[in-house]
Amino acid sequence: MKILVLISNVPDTTTKIRFTGDNTAFDTSGVQWIINPWDELALTRAVELKEAGAVEKVVVANVGEKITEPTLRKALAVGADEAIRVDTEPKDSYFVAKQLAQVAKDFDIILAGIEASDYNGSAVGGMLAEILDIASVSAVSGLNIENGELSVNRDIDGGSQVLSINTPVVLIVQKGIAKEPRIPAMRGIMMARKKPLNVVPAVDAEPRTKFVKFELPPPKAACKMVDEDNAKELIRLLHEEAKVI
Amino acid sequence: MSILVYTENWDGKFKKLSFELVSYAAALAKESNTTVTALSIGNVAEDELKKLGDYGADKILNVKNEKFTETLDNRALAKAVANAVEAEDAHVAVFSHNNLGKAIAPRVAVKLDAGLVSGVVALPVSHDPCTLKKKVFTNKAFAYVEVLTDKKVITLAQNSYELVKTENKAVIEDFDPKVDESEFTTVVKETNKITGKVLLTDAEVVVSGGRGMKGPENWGMIEELAELLGGATACSRPVADEGWRPHSEHVGQTGKIIAPNVYFALGISGAIQHLGGVSSSKVIVAVNKDPEAPIFEAADYGIVGDVFKVLPQLIEAVKEMKSH
Repeated sequence: MKILVLISNVPDTTTKIRFTGDNTAFDTSGVQWIINPWDELALTRAVELKEAGAVEKVVVANVGEKITEPTLRKALAVGADEAIRVDTEPKDSYFVAKQLAQVAKDFDIILAGIEASDYNGSAVGGMLAEILDIASVSAVSGLNIENGELSVNRDIDGGSQVLSINTPVVLIVQKGIAKEPRIPAMRGIMMARKKPLNVVPAVDAEPRTKFVKFELPPPKAACKMVDEDNAKELIRLLHEEAKVI
Repeated sequence: MSILVYTENWDGKFKKLSFELVSYAAALAKESNTTVTALSIGNVAEDELKKLGDYGADKILNVKNEKFTETLDNRALAKAVANAVEAEDAHVAVFSHNNLGKAIAPRVAVKLDAGLVSGVVALPVSHDPCTLKKKVFTNKAFAYVEVLTDKKVITLAQNSYELVKTENKAVIEDFDPKVDESEFTTVVKETNKITGKVLLTDAEVVVSGGRGMKGPENWGMIEELAELLGGATACSRPVADEGWRPHSEHVGQTGKIIAPNVYFALGISGAIQHLGGVSSSKVIVAVNKDPEAPIFEAADYGIVGDVFKVLPQLIEAVKEMKSH
């Protein structure tokens, strides 16, 4: 069984968000890049399954220019066997899914994070599944493999479910798929340098959406403070002023 | 031409988000001089279906097949929705930006050769070209996105559009989505339903605790307040990492992203990653003993004080409010 983990290269979660060029582009100056947090959890689970002997190979894939290679090396250091970079600037979710479709065909399980923390598209996993015409399961918070059979946990309204599903499948994963993201050890970092990072050319695809402008949210009004001994007043304000309870 | 809305129900009752979506679609239809068709999948009674008309649906396509709602098979659902879009000759399909919407909308967009904009927060700022405002960088910024295709798929961020009642009456039609039994490949082996418990991402009230709650044994109060307000409970990342609460309750940039009407942050300092997951809440209430805690910068209402003193008072005050 082979797993492909889709990796998005995103700004560190503490990055102060700024824009350049009259607010038409994200300002990348001084930004630390990381593996998208949900992708990192997906990768951690894939590596755990490999260590448990349930999976033979874990490959990571990213659509991006050379700038994303340190992030892919980190994924290799965490424990992926191979990395693939589709060499092009990601334009929109559909464009990215089309690029990934060319490298995703030979895998049994494709893991995608529930969203990327930059443009919050929540779309690449589902689009890829549709392009490949295979099943997808979203809101996945657990994956086990026994004798080649997948057992998938997902959240639903008011509870959770355990599913069985045939491969190939795209699993769109969220918090819970792995407990903690794995931090690469020194040995992993050394080994990562020798692991293959294959660069493949982009395929023709037209984006279907275009970012035209960005803006920061307006500054928030000051917090209305209520005295510690007057919590009742807070409930009154929420009920009568804010009308939210 | 029309606008198709993918509605969601839970045990035969429409979720509030379904009425939000129909209200949004009705406003969009008015601007673009077209009509609204709502798609209902599952076992929903006629009286309940009619409610969609109250919010502006002109037509309701009723798919009674419960196989869809039982399995939530993403591929089968996407096919059903795409077939409805085509049957109605719809040019826009609207979903909620929740678990199910995120699961199906991208597949539908590919099927229809449509551009997808997810996490939309308002009506289009322009129609030609169609430009929509959406959230980016996990609530830290907004983007304006132009859709380059004729057909459009939108997922609407929760709580970003008010319910609007109309005098509309909807026509209800049974609809055959033309999906074969064999196309359902998701097999549900086990369902663990905590009946009556609101899904965290759908909850209108969320009561959340952080490390300031000191230990899992103190969560009784959080649960009590949440239950009194008909809400869900949540927690910060350290609380989930410590194992005080399940990971499914972790809200924040790497946990669940929520947008309730009111979010109670109790004993939560408000790290930037936490705020990323909750800053879409309409109102944020913070209780923390540290007046310098960053949560107060994001909060609308706050109390600087001991959460163990304040929380029992809040519970009492809510009980009193409810008794009136």
